[in-house]
Order: sequence, then C-alpha cells, then structure tokens
Amino acid sequence: MKMNFNNPVLFKELKLRFRSPKSFIGILFYLIAMCIFVFGFIYATMTVSGTSYFRPSESFILFGLLAFIQLGLVLFITPGLTAGAISSEREKQTLSILLTTSQSSFQIISGKLSSSIAFLLLLIVAGLPVYSLVFLFGGISPLDFVKVFLFLFVTLLAIGSVGVMFSTLIRRTIVSMIATYGTMLFLSVVTGFIFLIVLQMTAFNHTGTGAPTTSYLGHILASINPAILFASFLSQGMGDSISEMTQVKFPIWIGYLIFYLSLTVISLLISVKKLRVNMKRSK
Amino acid sequence: MIEIKGLTKKYGQFKALDNLNLTLSEGTVFGFVGANGAGKSTTFLILATLLQPTAGDVFIDGVNIRKNPQAVRKMIGYMPDFFGVYDQLKADEYLDFYGASYGIPEAERQKLIPQLLELVNLSHKRHAYVDLLSRGMKQRLCLARSLIHDPKVLILDEPASGLDPRARVEMRDILRTLKKMGKTILISSHILPELAEMCDEIGVIDNGRLIAHGSVAEIQDKLRGERVITVRLAGQLDNTIAFFEEDPYVTNIEQLDANDGISFSYKGTEEDQVILLKRAIMNNIPILSFMEHVTNLEDVFMEITKGAD
Repeated sequence: MKMNFNNPVLFKELKLRFRSPKSFIGILFYLIAMCIFVFGFIYATMTVSGTSYFRPSESFILFGLLAFIQLGLVLFITPGLTAGAISSEREKQTLSILLTTSQSSFQIISGKLSSSIAFLLLLIVAGLPVYSLVFLFGGISPLDFVKVFLFLFVTLLAIGSVGVMFSTLIRRTIVSMIATYGTMLFLSVVTGFIFLIVLQMTAFNHTGTGAPTTSYLGHILASINPAILFASFLSQGMGDSISEMTQVKFPIWIGYLIFYLSLTVISLLISVKKLRVNMKRSK
Repeated sequence: MIEIKGLTKKYGQFKALDNLNLTLSEGTVFGFVGANGAGKSTTFLILATLLQPTAGDVFIDGVNIRKNPQAVRKMIGYMPDFFGVYDQLKADEYLDFYGASYGIPEAERQKLIPQLLELVNLSHKRHAYVDLLSRGMKQRLCLARSLIHDPKVLILDEPASGLDPRARVEMRDILRTLKKMGKTILISSHILPELAEMCDEIGVIDNGRLIAHGSVAEIQDKLRGERVITVRLAGQLDNTIAFFEEDPYVTNIEQLDANDGISFSYKGTEEDQVILLKRAIMNNIPILSFMEHVTNLEDVFMEITKGAD
C-alpha cells in the first residue's frame, strides 16, 4: 500500500467540508459546550468556596473533567463524521465514478478518514484556548496534557476507522451510523459496566479467603475502556488500584494502545479490501 | 480493442447476462440496445470493473479485467446511467478532482480543463456550481470528466436519457467529434433510432442474451425478409387481387380502407420485387403508386426482441 500524500479525495473532502456552513456551526457549538462547562465550573467553585481564586488542586480537577468532556464530545462526533464516508458517496451516486478512477482503494479510504480526522483535530485545536484557562491556574504538567491528547487522538483514529469500515460494508448511512455508535458505546460504556461486574464477581467468589485472584478479563476490559484509561491518567492511584484489583501488572495504557491501534489497522484493511469488488474468478 | 468471451452474470438463479460474446475493433462506435433490464448496464458495470462476472472474460486492449482491473481503469472512461455530482464544487474543480484522481499533474490539468469544457460546450459554466447545472449540462460535464485521462475506450450508459431534444442533439454532436478522435465508444440506449445515426455497429440484447449484432443496415435487413407494399389503383381491384395472389412471395393481401388499392406482405428479394412490378404493368393493372413501407427502427427492435422471448 503506497502512501500518497497528494491525496485528491482528502483535498476534495476538505474543500467541501469548509464550504459548508455546517462545519463552522459544529465548531461553534463544540466551543460553546466547552466554555459553558469551564466557566460554569469556575463560577460554581468560587461560589461554593466563597473565594475569588482557584487552587491548583481544583485546577487539576477542572482539567480532568475537561478531558472527560472532550473525550465524550470526540466519541460522540467521530461516528457522525466517518460513518457516512463511503455510504454517502454510494447514496449520492458518486461512488461508482470514483471507483473507476485509477486511485487505489487505500488512497480513497485514507483520504476519507484523514479528512474527518483533520476536522476533529481542528475541533481539538480550537478548544486549546479553553484549556489554556486551566494552565492559567497551574497544577497541570505539560506531560499530563500531551498524554491526554495523544490518547484522545488514538481513540478518535480507531473509532473513525470503525466508522469508515461500517460505511464501506453497509450500503445505508443510517445503518452504518447505528453500527458505529453501537461499537463506540460498547467500547466506552458497556466494557466499563462489565468491568465492574467482573470485579464484583471476583471479589464475591473469594470473600473471606483473603487470597486475591487474577482477573485477566477484568484487566482487558479496563484496558479497552477510554474512561478508565483517562481516569488512570488523571489519578495515579486509580491505575495502581486497577492492577491491585485484577492482579495483572501489565500497564493498561499499553493494552489500550495495542487494542486501539490493532482495531484501526484491522478496520482500515477490511475497508480497503471491501471497497471495490474482487474481479478475480470466484472459486 | 474489446473482446468479451462467454460473459455471464447470475443473481441467484436469475441470469442477468447469458454467455455474451462480442468483439469490437479499435475506433468502433458500438450501440448497445435493449429494453430496460435487458442486461446493458450489467455488461457496462462489468466492463467498468464495478461488478464481478459469474463466468467469462473481458479483454480491453489485450488486458484481462479480472487479472488487472487497475490497468483497465486507466484505459476506460465510464459514464453511468444515473450519477450524482458533488454539490459545493464548481465545474472546473469537479474536473480537476477527477484529473488528480487519475494522477494527471496539476499543470497539465490546468491546460486540459478549458479544452474539455470547450469540447462539451460548457466553457461559460466553468465557475458555476455543478449541482446548479441543468441535467443536460451535467451529462456533458460527466462526459468531459470521463475524457480527462484521454481513455481509449468510452463506456456511456444511456448518455442521452432524460435529455430534451436540444440536449440530445448536442450530445450527439459531441459523440460524433469523439468518434472522429478515434475513440472506441460503447453506448447504450433503449431507443434504437437514437443510436442508428452515430453507431458503426449495433448489438441488440434481450434477457441477457445478445440476439443480434451487426451494422445498422444488416440489422434492418434482418427484417427485410418480409416487407409491406401498398399499391394504389385507378380501378380493377378484383383483377389486381387475383394477379397478386398468383405470386408465390405475396401473402396477407388486404384492401385499403378507401377501396382504392391493396397492401400485402412480400417475401421476395428486391430483384423479385422489380420483376413483379414490371409484370403488373405488362398485365395492364392501372397502378397509381407502388410503395414499400420504410421499416421503422423501432419496429425492427420490437420485431427482434419479440422473437427472442
């Protein structure tokens, strides 16, 4: 698969996206949501404490909550941007022409995904001034900041790839969107819920024995849940207590990277393989 | 240039294409005619590498589409029967996008785009948004798009469908120009006369089978086995009927409504027809006019497809 940085689909998609007022309205509402939260939190904290300043520890809580809000927004927006990448072309009857051009399937798929990712990155970058308010009050190290953004990027890349895959496999955008949102909810909510149940069951089975048992399933579920990973970043104790509970010493951020990067690669490979019909003789 | 061997496409038990064989030489303009659902679009989709055939092979300029579809895509320009356009793109940007998709360098694209727009008479719409163009203009723009990489073969699926008469004439003029440029063109329609003027060869497809293939004249000749002749008379109706009844090639004699002549079916050759007329005059039959009905191409199509059921 040859990487072509001069990707016509990418440039066309970006051009179309930024000619539509919908994109700007989307950015506006994203920023309004972030601002309402940040200023609301600052106002509420100052009102409750009766002071006119912000302590570094409160600033860190704000950073944590802001990271969660951004994660939620990204998880919510990504399927909407990617799950129609190919199926909408099919519905608009532009796909057949696109597939008869000499662009490779990888170029088309990567162009579609990159344009959506580029828009999501723009949203994140547009939100940086809101984050800068947190820096203003201190309490956050640049490493925390980089870690959160790196893993946010990995997450949106994976969910975006899943969206493009469903969009390639499923003819109708609405069904593809439901499948992508379903996957996103499974990864971000259902895995967390099952993780709690698994831990409860493990604890219940060994009540009174005093011998903690290893729960690989619990550790895997913790490793693929974005909320648990972000919580472990924001609270060092959280990461340690998960290892204590599951009795698995493998860092969950490594498991997370392996799982989400594999999901990205597999989804993209399926998309590339299934975009065009196989003209070879069927056996 | 194009060789189709035993091409078959099945959907479950339904055969959309049944053992289609066809060979077209370079520069041929081939008209594919058939009713809706006859198999024209299925054939074109396979040629455009968009549909996997169940059996058979297609070679375009010697390249097997099964083995090297990527190479085939560079050689063909495909225009589907129904297609959409990207709203928010201008006509020149639309062509530029597809030019880039075929790997044409930007400098070359900038020279090509005005030429192509000129070819399809859309120079004045260069900066117009594509979705605001009329249907005829969109069809022409799509044709320009299919030419951007200078393909050897053009596959045009019903390019004139839904166009008003003026747009049809414009489309026909453009296709004539492309024919002069030496392109091999496959063009489909369910209206035979629409193709007759511009095609070198015509293939009639019905229920997935190619039931007739040849030049327009050859296909018309297929029906010439039985012509309808009308004879107007200045009297002697009974004698005339008796005279024509004796001819072995004459059948279905009917009196005209005005009782001033007869019409009959004639199976003889054109030479036989000349002799019949001479004999009628020598027998003093008062003939005012002796006229063969010009075979309508629609009738040809109806007649051929009727026999295939």
